[in-house]
Amino acid sequence: MTGNTTEIIKLKLAKRYAKEKRFKLYGISAIAVSIAFLLSLLINISVTGLPAFQQTYINIEVDIDSKLLKLDSQYSEQELFRANYSKVIKQSLKTMFPGVKGRKQKRALRQLVSKSAIYQLRDFVIDNPSVINTRQSLWFLARDDVDVFMKGGIDRSLPESDRRLKDFQLVWVDKLLAENRLEKRFNVSFFTESDSREPEQAGIKGAMIGSLLTMLVTMLLSFPIGVSAAIYLEEFAPKNNKWVDLIEININNLAAVPSIVFGLLGLAVFIGLFGVPRSVPLIGGLVLTLMTLPTIIITSRAALKAVPPSIREAALGLGASRVQTTFHHVVPAAMPGILTGTIIGMAQALGETAPLLMIGMVAFIADVPQGITDPSTVLPVQIYLWSDSPERAFTERTSAAIMVLLGFLIVMNFLAVIMRKKFEKKW
Amino acid sequence: MKNIYKSTAVIIASSAIMSISNSVVARDYIDVVGSSTVYPFATVVAETFGKKTGSKTPKIESTGSGGGMKLFCAGNGISTPDITNASRRIKLSEYNKCQKNGVKDIVEVMIGFDGIAIANSKQGPTFDLTRRELFLALAKQVPSNQAGELIDNPYTKWNDINPALPNTKIEVLGPPPTSGTRDAFAELALQGGCFTYDWIKQIKKDSKIAKKSGDKSLASQLKKKYKTICHSIREDGSYVEAGENDNLIVEKLRANPKALGVFGFSFLDQNSDVVKGVVIDGVKIDFEAIADGSYPISRPLYFYVKKSHVGKVPGIKEFIAEFTSEDAWGEDGYLTDKGLIPLSDDARQKMSDSANGLTPLKM
Repeated sequence: MTGNTTEIIKLKLAKRYAKEKRFKLYGISAIAVSIAFLLSLLINISVTGLPAFQQTYINIEVDIDSKLLKLDSQYSEQELFRANYSKVIKQSLKTMFPGVKGRKQKRALRQLVSKSAIYQLRDFVIDNPSVINTRQSLWFLARDDVDVFMKGGIDRSLPESDRRLKDFQLVWVDKLLAENRLEKRFNVSFFTESDSREPEQAGIKGAMIGSLLTMLVTMLLSFPIGVSAAIYLEEFAPKNNKWVDLIEININNLAAVPSIVFGLLGLAVFIGLFGVPRSVPLIGGLVLTLMTLPTIIITSRAALKAVPPSIREAALGLGASRVQTTFHHVVPAAMPGILTGTIIGMAQALGETAPLLMIGMVAFIADVPQGITDPSTVLPVQIYLWSDSPERAFTERTSAAIMVLLGFLIVMNFLAVIMRKKFEKKW
Repeated sequence: MKNIYKSTAVIIASSAIMSISNSVVARDYIDVVGSSTVYPFATVVAETFGKKTGSKTPKIESTGSGGGMKLFCAGNGISTPDITNASRRIKLSEYNKCQKNGVKDIVEVMIGFDGIAIANSKQGPTFDLTRRELFLALAKQVPSNQAGELIDNPYTKWNDINPALPNTKIEVLGPPPTSGTRDAFAELALQGGCFTYDWIKQIKKDSKIAKKSGDKSLASQLKKKYKTICHSIREDGSYVEAGENDNLIVEKLRANPKALGVFGFSFLDQNSDVVKGVVIDGVKIDFEAIADGSYPISRPLYFYVKKSHVGKVPGIKEFIAEFTSEDAWGEDGYLTDKGLIPLSDDARQKMSDSANGLTPLKM
């Protein structure tokens, strides 16, 4: 009979192997599909976003004429601040391109240079008043259309009506190019400037500082509250108590609540009841604290649970009190896990927009926030706002900001992995 | 353990105290809320104002016209916004709510016009539509051959409506009902087409007559009737709600040359290499056509200022002055670069006088 059984098994063997192979294949293709999605996303974002790290500058010979500035021989600082710099720039452009006729062309000529040129010139003159009544060769930001053209975003072969730059403008650009007056440089202002409605001046500094301040508030609130809650529930709370069970179930449910709900809660309680001002990192941090708390509590409890009971028993056996046991032995042993959970919770909060929508952080804010009660926005909101802007040049900046945000998230997650690897204890 | 309880309590208490003390402290920046259509214009002005004067740049939230009014009319406290933008005029109900909440003096400023473009991909056929055809293509119910009778919209292809139109499926991407653009589109484009049917227009006339004779309930009943006919957009998939993001609609049109899209003129202006405007009632959408009023689907844009905040929050007067300066809203101003269609010279002068004089609105 044994022979027969072996026969049967042998017959089925091929099928069993095939089954295993099939299953492996399913697994591999699932991984391949997800990697393909991830790669296409990353490649798409990088290809669109990389040009944003370069910015076109334009060189202009500026005649800083005191008559055009409407300055007398004696002037106060205030007069210097208010002087008519836009006229100087207009006139300098006219000198460089003589023979520009008509309202439309004159207007187009002004639009070669970014609006920020006026303020750049102002600051330059205020810093060096001696340049008044001299000719200076200065580099200014180029207008977004010129910038898009320099990066190959405008096709010359298209009919004129379909182009953002018309034929006469292309002639100017060609002349500037021939005279080496157009240059692409690393886009420093993307990191040193805040939001602007002119794409060439827009940067992420304000949003980055806003994110940082918001995260600070979130961290300072959610870490102590979350960890204390976890320690109490895990180490001190009475077991098999229906109230404790109820709290546990609710914390687990809260972790799955859509984040916009926390925004609504924040709007009703913090803004409505406590009168916290809208659009500031303080309120953002408070709302994100609500959102991250469940994550931190759950991961911290898991980390505490992973500490073997023998540690507790040994400490108690040697005469330590429960508080001593917990804080001298259990919590330090669980710390790597707690920190990992916190970092992942923070990373989650860093990428959140939905709850901030309700509390007014989706706003145009051009000043860099100085503290947690200054109006500010955060990186993901900045991305959202730029993606909704009509100007073409914002497309690449949107992707570039996504790259920066992804960079932060990767660093944070990497930190979590390192901490786990480094401090993890095997029992 | 006690320590932790203590510190937690201290943190919660201190944050609460901090927040309360904060709301009492005066604000040193202007707080603006309101329409997402006015947002691109208000932000440029805010930025220029900040850079020019060196004072703090106003904070501008895009909450939608209705949401902005709600915040604006909530009260007079410093925690409420100073200015709200709107892509339509303030409603009487909103005005009354403002009055009730103590916001007595509101300064109304009309800043210019915004055209609503109907566009398709450059690769697609050229459309030449009348508003009546648009209405027939998009209304939930359309008039049948018999006057006074409505039938469910039977049209699936453009050439079902007019044989001269392309033989393609009716597919229009547009904003969802929460959007002000959608309201304006329904009001200007669809209602315009709807009123080419005399019997529907008669309902409006009847409503006005009823209002005059004092029969308010009949008037509002009739008004509701013609609004339901004219403003209801079909829900069978021919009109696709494509979200508030106009760039997304442009992207979708690029991918699908057969579809039409509805969005603000500035997006058409910026993407003229990808999409082209549909000719409406024989008028091609462009800057001049919107400015002189020959393009039928355009709407005025406004902002409203809380007079009681002038003087309490620094810079409001200067901000109004910047917004109403020729540099900004004039025919050559920087707002026209962003796609705002300016008011006529006279209207600008008048509006600027009343705005800078802080003349309160009466309704």
